[in-house]
Amino acid sequence: MGTFKVNYRQDTALFQTLWVKVWLGILVVLLIVSPIFLSRYQISILNEMGIAVIGALGLNLLTGFTGQISLCHGSFLAIGAYTSALLTSKLGIPFWLSFPLSGLMAAALGMIVAVPSLRLKGLYLALGTLAFGFIVEYVIFHWGLTKGDMGMAVRRISIYKFAFRTEKQHFYLITGFAAIAVISAKNIARSKIGRSFVAIRDRDIAAEAMGIPLAKYKVMAFAVSSFYAGVAGCLMAHYQKWIVPGNFDLSVSIAYIAMIIMGGLGTILGSVLGAILITGIPHGIVYLVDIFKESYPGLSGFIVDFKLGLFGLVIVLALLFEPKGLFGIYWRAKIYFKTWPFKY
Amino acid sequence: MAVLKDAPDYQLEVEDVSISFGGIRALNNVSLSVRRGEIYSIIGPNGAGKTTLFNCIGGLYRAQKGSIKFEGKEILGKKPPEIARLGIARAFQNIALFEGMTVLDNLMSARIYHSNYGLLRAAVYLGKCMSEEVRNRDKVEEIIDFLDIQAIRKTLVGSLPYGLQKRVELGRALAMDPKLMLIDEPVSGMNLEETEDMARYLLDINEEMKVTVVLVEHDMGLVMDLSDTVTVLNFGLKIAEGSPKDIAANPEVIRAYLGETDTREEEMV
Repeated sequence: MGTFKVNYRQDTALFQTLWVKVWLGILVVLLIVSPIFLSRYQISILNEMGIAVIGALGLNLLTGFTGQISLCHGSFLAIGAYTSALLTSKLGIPFWLSFPLSGLMAAALGMIVAVPSLRLKGLYLALGTLAFGFIVEYVIFHWGLTKGDMGMAVRRISIYKFAFRTEKQHFYLITGFAAIAVISAKNIARSKIGRSFVAIRDRDIAAEAMGIPLAKYKVMAFAVSSFYAGVAGCLMAHYQKWIVPGNFDLSVSIAYIAMIIMGGLGTILGSVLGAILITGIPHGIVYLVDIFKESYPGLSGFIVDFKLGLFGLVIVLALLFEPKGLFGIYWRAKIYFKTWPFKY
Repeated sequence: MAVLKDAPDYQLEVEDVSISFGGIRALNNVSLSVRRGEIYSIIGPNGAGKTTLFNCIGGLYRAQKGSIKFEGKEILGKKPPEIARLGIARAFQNIALFEGMTVLDNLMSARIYHSNYGLLRAAVYLGKCMSEEVRNRDKVEEIIDFLDIQAIRKTLVGSLPYGLQKRVELGRALAMDPKLMLIDEPVSGMNLEETEDMARYLLDINEEMKVTVVLVEHDMGLVMDLSDTVTVLNFGLKIAEGSPKDIAANPEVIRAYLGETDTREEEMV
């Protein structure tokens, strides 16, 4: 049976069919009860994933939707993380205030990075953002306040005298923020702003002739993207309680690019799936090694050396066999079940 | 053909516009005036400067000399989005649709000046943002009905055949609610049937929606049947302007299209 809509409001609804709502409900219930069954280590993986989801959404809005390549997403995480760390420890500002401020700080710096994007495209822009990434890294290393390589202790999150101590408490907080991030990113993507982003990606000259001011929307894309990165960095800092510049180096930026490419460029669901996959792969490798530890004792030492290589191999293979990422797989599966038993 | 008022009411006035690229004079003191509500065609051999003129009017190129006035306001030097906001829409010659979007989203993206909400409202989507989206959707659906593309509204435009893409391109320009449309070769590469459909759309846009249409086209049949006024460009120079009938009989136009007859050769024969 088909779904019938009688007005445009229904056609713009996020969750259109009963089945979507049912599956979503199941997912929400699972997320709420999962900490009860999972170990501390497993919850910590979920927390890591939740933070990565927020960051990946931001990068996908910039790179996947607007088509602006950024190699400094990790730096915006750093800006968010250090902003919140400094505000809470030096000025005693509470978390509920430092959280949005860290996002705004990253957004403000993101708007500065956007300026070269008005002139540069493609690889040249990538180089420009790379340079910004090195500047941020340099500042963090050499600025007295951030204590360089020594790292900085960060206060734990507390909201109105309620302090977040356990993995479980952090899980609910981070997952809650991740859910808000997903919904707001989806809303932005389906509004005139998201359409303008995609228009700029697909045909910037035509977009301009249609009345879309390129400069405004490119700057906005950078600002939104780095806001997401900033708040993700803030959550990461307070969750880890200890940050060093190494948490935010170039490899982090590249991991985020891997997330959105593996998940699916220009899709919200893709950002979520990609973030889960890329954060999950290292833990998956560790898990597999644990299983085969008894029968192949030499394996663990071998794997430690090749962990990064394996990670790269998985990405290369995935791109080779599924260039549209996880979203492409999801889409094909959906079409398959929708049209079953017909082939097309 | 549109019914025109006796007193000329010029909507678009191009005066002495010149632009060169390196050593090439793409436009050389071109002047033309488009009356409100007419179908105005610009013809000429390849490389005559027709599309360059469109780019100057739309603000994509900046003419080095002259003036371009739209409804009495100088638009030369303004940026493309500002010109679009004044009510000049553009349909491109080589289809320039947003390939990663559906037909519906392509048309919706042209309604940016008709939706009035900011980033924060978009992130929440409820309330004003939703009602604006629905209102714009209403308008876009009218255009979808008009162009008879209901069946493909949710198809990605990249996967559509050429003729339909041309139609969507026209629809996107129309979705801006323009006062004047610059349409670049709407029927190039189309068969007879598609050309006739397109001619019908152009006439309806002009007569029913009261939009001034400026055409660049090579299909002489279409130009001569539809236009109120025709201008001929050749190597960046305007060589003739007038009603279709005058143009068809103009010796200079015939020379530009068919080449010059060599008088000495005639004598030898």
